[in-house]
Amino acid sequence: MENEIKLTKLAKCAGCGAKVGAGVLAQLLGDMKVRRDPNLIVGFDKSDDASVYKVTDDLALVQTVDFFPPIHDDPYTFGQIAATNALSDVYAMGGEPKLALNVMAVPKDMPSDAVHEILRGGYDKAYEAGTIITGGHSILDDEPKYGLAVTGFVHPDKVLTNSGAKPGDVLLLTKPLGIGVLTTAAKVGMTTAEGMALAVRLMTTLNKAARDAMVQYRVHACTDVTGFSLMGHGLEMAQGSDVELHLDVRAIDLIGEAVELARLGVLPEGMYRNRSFAEAFVDPGDVELARQDVLYDPQTAGGLLIAVDPADADRLYDALRGTVPSAQRIGTVKTYGGGKRIFLH
Amino acid sequence: MIDARGQSCPIPVVMVQDAVKKGNRPAELQVKVDAMVCVENITRYAASQGYTVKVDEADGEYTLTLKK
Repeated sequence: MENEIKLTKLAKCAGCGAKVGAGVLAQLLGDMKVRRDPNLIVGFDKSDDASVYKVTDDLALVQTVDFFPPIHDDPYTFGQIAATNALSDVYAMGGEPKLALNVMAVPKDMPSDAVHEILRGGYDKAYEAGTIITGGHSILDDEPKYGLAVTGFVHPDKVLTNSGAKPGDVLLLTKPLGIGVLTTAAKVGMTTAEGMALAVRLMTTLNKAARDAMVQYRVHACTDVTGFSLMGHGLEMAQGSDVELHLDVRAIDLIGEAVELARLGVLPEGMYRNRSFAEAFVDPGDVELARQDVLYDPQTAGGLLIAVDPADADRLYDALRGTVPSAQRIGTVKTYGGGKRIFLH
Repeated sequence: MIDARGQSCPIPVVMVQDAVKKGNRPAELQVKVDAMVCVENITRYAASQGYTVKVDEADGEYTLTLKK
């Protein structure tokens, strides 16, 4: 049985919690020499989800890579989660993933059955997404890791970045929050079977349906909520768009079990990293600490955060309901007042 | 004194939870950890159980004193 090895025991951090902090990353990339090219529509200067390169007037390439250590003990499930997460960056740009390459690290003594199952999980999700895995690269490493480098297509005029939000836009979210807390608590057996099943269902749900719905409407900005949490990714959207976000926390679907665990102090390290990156820009209002913590919780394969034109908000919200795990209307975008970037109400 | 040094998060906060339960909510409890994330997690748990927390740092190690 391949399940005799406990995959998550081999991982130092859980999923997107393994991500380098947003602030650290910006510093590391700060002084890199970057070649300028007018066809590069989105590069890494705006901390966006993927890069976009215009090939012709009708076609742009979307490129992204994402991989991490096991977040689940079942190798097939881990493969599915890693692929769902990697493909998500293309959806967040409004694109369709077309080609992918496996990125893999395996310990010498890992049973080949387990490696095969991880890959099978990746292939199955890629297939569901209409994406072809064309190859990949594997190296030996003490800690297993898996993910995909994904190439997608998008019309150059229909690229959705995180920096186009306009005052008046309505903010929609497509998955509940708290996945990182649940997977962290699972490492010490504190997540219920139902909680873990919910987390797995969320982490293996492609953002394809959300993307397919949103491209029908006037969406001004989009990002997927992953390692930097709703607050971190929200802050990047607010700064990139030079606006402020007002969030109605009661309208945000926080997984109840995650809030309970947050009250018990069972929180991933990434939550604190996200806090130190973003909290100086956040007015927390009188929102309970545990609920705030879940807003800073790093998500693996989280949902899309969408800023939609108010005239289309109702229709997009209706289109998302029933097709995404949890359609939520979580707040509005306002003109930047010069102070905080995110206000919790 | 609970020694949770070298334990990766969230194990230390779980060790404290177990000690609080087994000790039938002791009036005072001390725990040693070596990562800030553990300090934060334990502080949150302690607050939820009505404890106040004092943190002493020395050489990258933290001693937390929880009091009712």
